[in-house]
Amino acid sequence: MSLQQIIFLVVAAATVGSAIMVVASRHLIHAALWLVATLFSVAVIYTLLNAGFLAVVQVVIYIGAIAILFIFAVMLTRRDMRDTGPQHNRNWWLGALIGLVTFAGLFSVLFFSSAFNKTPAPLPAGYDAVSLLGDALVSPNAYVLPFEVASVLLLAALVGAVYVAFNRK
Amino acid sequence: MTQFLTDPLKVLADWLQGLFTGWGMAPDAAHVLIAFLGVFLLIALVMLLDIFLVWVERKTVARFQDRIGPNRLGPYGLIQPFADIIKLLIKEDITPRAADWVVYNLAPILSMAAVLILWAIIPLAPVILNVDLNVGALYLIAAGAIGTLAVIMAGWGSHNKYALIGAFRQIAVLVSFEIPMVTTLLIPTLLAGTMGLNGIIEAQDIWFVLLSPLGAAIFLIAAIAELGRAPFDMGEAESEIVAGFNIEYSGMKFGMFYAGELLHAFTFGGFWMIMFFGGYRFFGLEKVSPFLAAPILLAKAMLGYWIIMWVKYTMMRIRIDHMLAFNWKFLTPVALLLLMVTALVHSMFKDASTLLYVLTMFGSNVAVGLGALETARQHSRRQRSKVEKPVRSAPASA
Repeated sequence: MSLQQIIFLVVAAATVGSAIMVVASRHLIHAALWLVATLFSVAVIYTLLNAGFLAVVQVVIYIGAIAILFIFAVMLTRRDMRDTGPQHNRNWWLGALIGLVTFAGLFSVLFFSSAFNKTPAPLPAGYDAVSLLGDALVSPNAYVLPFEVASVLLLAALVGAVYVAFNRK
Repeated sequence: MTQFLTDPLKVLADWLQGLFTGWGMAPDAAHVLIAFLGVFLLIALVMLLDIFLVWVERKTVARFQDRIGPNRLGPYGLIQPFADIIKLLIKEDITPRAADWVVYNLAPILSMAAVLILWAIIPLAPVILNVDLNVGALYLIAAGAIGTLAVIMAGWGSHNKYALIGAFRQIAVLVSFEIPMVTTLLIPTLLAGTMGLNGIIEAQDIWFVLLSPLGAAIFLIAAIAELGRAPFDMGEAESEIVAGFNIEYSGMKFGMFYAGELLHAFTFGGFWMIMFFGGYRFFGLEKVSPFLAAPILLAKAMLGYWIIMWVKYTMMRIRIDHMLAFNWKFLTPVALLLLMVTALVHSMFKDASTLLYVLTMFGSNVAVGLGALETARQHSRRQRSKVEKPVRSAPASA
């Protein structure tokens, strides 16, 4: 087993373990902090895949914005912030079923795919993923349309948020 | 030996690699061990610098307040920080009974770590750096996100209402000022065509502060807010909420927050210099030897740190609603406008003569800055006239 595989297994175990803790912990804030651990482990997996940009963006957006927003929402909506709730509701078996089916589906797709046993080709020298990604986002042959549609969608969401929060005098 | 003078880290690493494999270690394992040693060395040196920063900060604040500062222990009080550390270490280590043990104790560690990981990408010289990330500028923001998390963990974990209020305020500052900071970080990225810090420094044949003085100013303001220093220190406003998120921490746990803050300020001073003031470049001196480039960057970072201290000990604390309004209604729009103007002017004039290019870039920055200040002035005059009128007419009617 190569060093990279060992690191991958350790990080993957950490990801799955902390993801389980997200749903298993009784404390809402603890669940949010475990979620941060999960997202951070995913960022580490991105780095193992040579996707440095995605890893950094993962930390900036998911930990720096979304997880903080979760914690804020919990703090502002609960009367007592040490509030503990039941670990699961009546639909727990449905959630478990969906999780299991998704896992089985992904596993079978990966297992029967021919790429499963291949070793990755080494990246060519001077390979700059960031500038390739940047070019792809604004090139008409690649992703300019989805990129612009996503921008318009986000702008609409922003305007909507301002409208909802706007205090008419 | 001459190679050692031009590329000391590589020579050292090669020598260690030879040594370890000579002892019968696998080349891969030796490589990992050397990387660990490098990280250990860097962190040890940075922490040593941090101890020295305690002395710098205390001496500087003393001068600003017309005092002498620590002067009893050693020459110029240089041994004072070691005495401070011994005092912090032998103090009782308290964890409040209601606190969440893990979260409470993890927060100071994360707070320090969020600063230390920034040093992984700082190029002290063209060849003295840990890693030349091609997303260096974004990495700075990502490390800030971990610092934000540390604040929220400290505030919530200590189970104290003042700590929580402090954390709330601090997070409001951190989350909002991230936006002008990201926007102004895009300006050096745009001018250099790369996010890697080494690339940004190498592109600064003309320091970016001449091409984007307004960008440099906004970055400094956002950096000071990100540090939670005065005038943006309502997170720890000692006269209102005692000490903010770190109120319950004692001994070395408080020391971690304190040392982290000092090192953070110094590091941001360094980043300011890297982004806008040419980093380790100083009239070609950096090309002579990396042993000359590293002190240049450290001296520049110290200058940036001094400016941050100068602002801290001169300005008063701003009220939190003023601070948020200042960010969202002034700094963010100006930063976005500046980014667009910079991109436009840069693409129009980058092939023109250097003098014309610098003059148009500088001029457009000044124009944006003056326009923004004039708009803000007229807006506040209108607001003021709305508030002042009834007050003036009151004595007449009475």
